[in-house]
Amino acid sequence: MSLLEVKDLSVRFDTLDGRVNAVNGVSFNLDAGETLGIVGESGSGKTQSVFALMGLLARNGHASGSIKYDGAEILNLSEAELNKIRAEKISMIFQDPMTSLNPYMRVSKQLTEVLIHHKGLSRKDALAESIHMLDAVRIPQAAKRVHLYPHEFSGGMRQRIVIAMSLLCRPKLLIADEPTTALDVTVQAQIMALLSDLQKEFGTAIILITHDLGVIAGSSDNMLVMYGGRVMEYGNIEDIFAHPAHPYTMGLLHAIPRIDHQGTELVTIPGNPPNMLRLPKGCPFEPRCCYAVKDCKSIMPELTAQQNNRSRACHSSVESLL
Amino acid sequence: MSEHRKQILSVENLSVEFDIFAKGAMPWTKPDKLKAVDGVSFELSEAETLGVVGESGCGKSTLARAIIRLLPAATGKIVWMGEQDVLTANARSLHKIRSNMQMIYQDPLASLNPRMTIGQIIAEPLTTHYPETTKAEVKAKVNEMIEKVGLLSNQVNRYPHEFSGGQCQRIGIARALILKPKLIICDEPVSALDVSVQAQVINLLMELQKEMGMSLIFIAHDLSVVRHISTRIMVLYLGNVVEVSVANNLYVNPGHPYTQALISAVPIPDPAVEKNKKVILLEGDLPSPMNPPSGCVFRTRCPKAQQLCAIQKPALLEYTSDHFVACHFAG
Repeated sequence: MSLLEVKDLSVRFDTLDGRVNAVNGVSFNLDAGETLGIVGESGSGKTQSVFALMGLLARNGHASGSIKYDGAEILNLSEAELNKIRAEKISMIFQDPMTSLNPYMRVSKQLTEVLIHHKGLSRKDALAESIHMLDAVRIPQAAKRVHLYPHEFSGGMRQRIVIAMSLLCRPKLLIADEPTTALDVTVQAQIMALLSDLQKEFGTAIILITHDLGVIAGSSDNMLVMYGGRVMEYGNIEDIFAHPAHPYTMGLLHAIPRIDHQGTELVTIPGNPPNMLRLPKGCPFEPRCCYAVKDCKSIMPELTAQQNNRSRACHSSVESLL
Repeated sequence: MSEHRKQILSVENLSVEFDIFAKGAMPWTKPDKLKAVDGVSFELSEAETLGVVGESGCGKSTLARAIIRLLPAATGKIVWMGEQDVLTANARSLHKIRSNMQMIYQDPLASLNPRMTIGQIIAEPLTTHYPETTKAEVKAKVNEMIEKVGLLSNQVNRYPHEFSGGQCQRIGIARALILKPKLIICDEPVSALDVSVQAQVINLLMELQKEMGMSLIFIAHDLSVVRHISTRIMVLYLGNVVEVSVANNLYVNPGHPYTQALISAVPIPDPAVEKNKKVILLEGDLPSPMNPPSGCVFRTRCPKAQQLCAIQKPALLEYTSDHFVACHFAG
């Protein structure tokens, strides 16, 4: 049994402009200790999918489908039941480390709070454990600096604190939503190296959400490509990067300049990302796709399984894309 | 390559300082100085693209703003077209110089006035610098620009909020290009855009440069993008130039330990390469520019630092041809 089984997850928002279908029928499985990368452009529904998982949707959001953690349904649980899962079983790291820490609270308070609340530790034990975790994320002089406020740390250090906080209860699943987007490349390299070390140490499964294909390439086992709230392609990363089987994945891989190659002209994907208020009836990528066939406009292709544990959602055959 | 081309801009020893008042300081106390840009020199030829890279806080944007004199410079010289110093130019000649130097900003929506139509936005530089232009001429030029950047001329009466981020950046480019300037300073023009749209804007800039022959100063933190678009690249660290080189040389044979670490840290979208790559991890964070290290500014994080680095600031010396490095132990 997989650690996490997501089946036919949909998220919709009722807004003043109409209904927004942010996520449409997303399914995937995640095994213990595995890293799944989710890539997609802004508005592709990657963040809202995991917000649904954590029960963090905005009040006008509604999720349907099924999310099973260790075999138990966790979608649309009550707040009290969710609080038992959050931090203890699943925890999350957000993009901006400054806004995910409370600026009025000392780091020590923010860390020990988690342990006191979830594990019922005494203040003293909680502090010792917090310092131990700050050591694990390699914050120098952790015992002294644990009493500082978030603003006294740099961006990279703050993200380390957030990672330490998320691992305090040793969750089996860690969701990292663009954990390095707000950071410089050299700091990004430090944080990604740290995450992979911690994963080895604690055996945590990671869902890594990012728009940077380079970050995914260095850290994930499998990847999920999303567009317009739908899964376009899923599979092992070596396979996908070597033989992308969906026009959108192919487009993405050609559109990014690579630092290890001298520039030839970039192949662009024409047009703009879709308006989620007015998604087409068929495949959301159809207006920008150069392989589109007759059916694409009216019928959404199903996500079908291929060999090697891969799946893709496209009407055109793999051979016709080459 | 650059010898036979005409030089359009030469920056000599440019420094920009900001006054920082200590917390709770009295009005008569002297402010501390923060050197955001510290003695930067470079030259730019016609139709050349100079990429400027560095981490946040290294002075990239401050440098751009100082060149166009949106910020006052503390010392230095900026010679425009070999004759005029931008820093000492009077209001009238500055106005004239600026018609040849335009800027494209990072946030595409925030850099467009939400209460003007895109026709008005694109026409504004023209009506400001050449008020004698007739309405018909303005309209014709605006339409020409709009089509050049890949938008439709029937969209002139729309407002910025009706466009997506990529389209807004195209409007910003049209506005910068309508005067046919000799230099465009692009301050992180694609970092707010999605990858698929980012490639469109990069290609557009490169095509327009080929067609119109302007020079670009391209500021970005994304080293892959900079490699793609630039002919020459300058690496900044804490307001200092640590390396300047022809684009390809910098990536194939980086001389400065900082450039080496920076390049190794950029993730490559290819699992086979990425998982076997050796990343040079730098210790710690950027030091405070209020209190920069003595000698070489990079020495606090440098794997090669020795005693000499704390005493003497390394000069920018030739490393290979057309490739300069400021390091005592380059290579």
